[in-house]
Amino acid sequence: MSKGTLFWRYVAAIAITVFFLFPIYWLFIISFKTPDEIFSFPPKWYPGQIHFGNYAVLFKDGDAVTVWNSLVVAGVSTVLAMILGTLCAYSIARFRTGGENLANWIISQRMVPPIAIVFPVFLMYVKLGLVDTYIGIILLYTAFNLPYVIWMMRGYIQDVPKALEESALVDGCTRWQVIWKVVFPMCRAGLLATAIFTFIFAWNEFLFALVLTRTEVTTYTVQVTHYFGGQSNFWAKISAMSVLGTLPVFIAVAFMQKYLVRGISLGAVKG
Amino acid sequence: MTVSSDALARPRAPVGERGFKYLLIAPSVFLLLAIGIFPLLYMLVVSFVGIDMMAEDWSFKGLANYKAAFADARLWQALGHTLIITAVALPLELLLGLAMAQLFLEKFPGRQIFVALLVLPTVVSPIVAGATWSLMFDNRYGPINQILGWIFGKEMPLLWTVDPTLVYPAIIVAEVWQWTPFMFLLLLAALSNVDKSQLEAASIDGAGYWMTFRKIVLPAIWPVMAIALLIRALDLFRIFDIIWALTKGGPGTMTETISVFTYVKGFTQFEISYAAAVALIIIVLLTVAVTWMLKKIEIAR
Repeated sequence: MSKGTLFWRYVAAIAITVFFLFPIYWLFIISFKTPDEIFSFPPKWYPGQIHFGNYAVLFKDGDAVTVWNSLVVAGVSTVLAMILGTLCAYSIARFRTGGENLANWIISQRMVPPIAIVFPVFLMYVKLGLVDTYIGIILLYTAFNLPYVIWMMRGYIQDVPKALEESALVDGCTRWQVIWKVVFPMCRAGLLATAIFTFIFAWNEFLFALVLTRTEVTTYTVQVTHYFGGQSNFWAKISAMSVLGTLPVFIAVAFMQKYLVRGISLGAVKG
Repeated sequence: MTVSSDALARPRAPVGERGFKYLLIAPSVFLLLAIGIFPLLYMLVVSFVGIDMMAEDWSFKGLANYKAAFADARLWQALGHTLIITAVALPLELLLGLAMAQLFLEKFPGRQIFVALLVLPTVVSPIVAGATWSLMFDNRYGPINQILGWIFGKEMPLLWTVDPTLVYPAIIVAEVWQWTPFMFLLLLAALSNVDKSQLEAASIDGAGYWMTFRKIVLPAIWPVMAIALLIRALDLFRIFDIIWALTKGGPGTMTETISVFTYVKGFTQFEISYAAAVALIIIVLLTVAVTWMLKKIEIAR
């Protein structure tokens, strides 16, 4: 690359990055502004000083508990989906259980629009008394993420050489021991990457939570929308709550760089 | 269903292993049936009766709800809005993503940092992305109108989320902002895997840029591109969060998509049986569309 092309490449790269990061920057700085600064005209592009008052209000009013709810709901449903889904994926990858039909049916479950899933589930939950309960929303997230886990883990398990498992079986291991001592350690990175993506999907989910939670298990995404349409300090709350919900995702993704593309492309791109 | 036909099974495998593979899939399949299929059947039943806010009428109404849905202009407008957003946003995301992938294809110092930063919009919760853009688009305290003001040298108090001519551009900008990085990442990975020796051979043969792209690059990246397009098309078809944050379907019902429409009918107007019929129509439409797309992709391969 000549010096000239390299220069223009940097100019373009920086311009694009600024465009994609500016809204995130804007969200973050609003959360650190005082209400007066938020509603100063013309808008200020940086806060006079870093001000944590907006966060303090969220914790004082108890709104921040919705982040905890998100953590519980996303965390438990991720663990459940990983356990059930990985076992299912092992069966499909190694024994071709159910053939292509089962695998295709499972992935097609992910294509159904959430509104068409949540509507009948809501009707059923009303009858079962599961609306606005941890169990209700966790079960739905688990089921919704299962196809993803099965699909991804099937790919990772297929990457584990069969010979390793065969020799473990010859050595007298049971199937469970093979899964636990050979397969899991061999695809540890895949397990971790899939778990983190499953967690992020549940963590960021909005529509299911909007329909199925009321006051007890409100997640942070629903809480953000509770501030819509208001005035004055509501902007501060929208931004501070959004940052509380977004920061953990950014941190998780920073550790996931290597598996990011495989994770978001449903395994279409490896490596 | 004999275990012996499987690659790993050996004659001395314990009998218990025959059931093992079914034991492993049982919990997952059970849960998917319980959450995916059973409620669907229940919804099918509900769509043939007359439950709404006023009455829980379980008497058989035949196809009344379906007839009402097919006659409901608002539903078809919502479908139209959904398709318009998809038809505009999807090519934009693809072209921008492809251009960005070309830009970042060759290695240069700092490239990894740029790529890592560009990922961020895609992993933000869509509802947060929508909230962020509603702050960005605010007519008085948002930076967009401020920047436009600098460009045009006068105040630009545009009402992005209210003005009928501006709501769609606003939604598209937010949507494209969030998902172009997704396209970019997938296409960058696909482009990196294109066989370099073929590209060199083509350039030795004197093939131009477009020729090389059409004959070598495109076929090589197509499998990934097709999946990226399919994933995004399905996501756009169900678009809800960004619209909920920006316009809630307004002004009026101008930006109502089918997800928003079904939500409003089912959960704010409580026309339960009617919404059930609509949800089933969506599933049927989507199944047809997906089957058609998968066929297209297969043929193109």
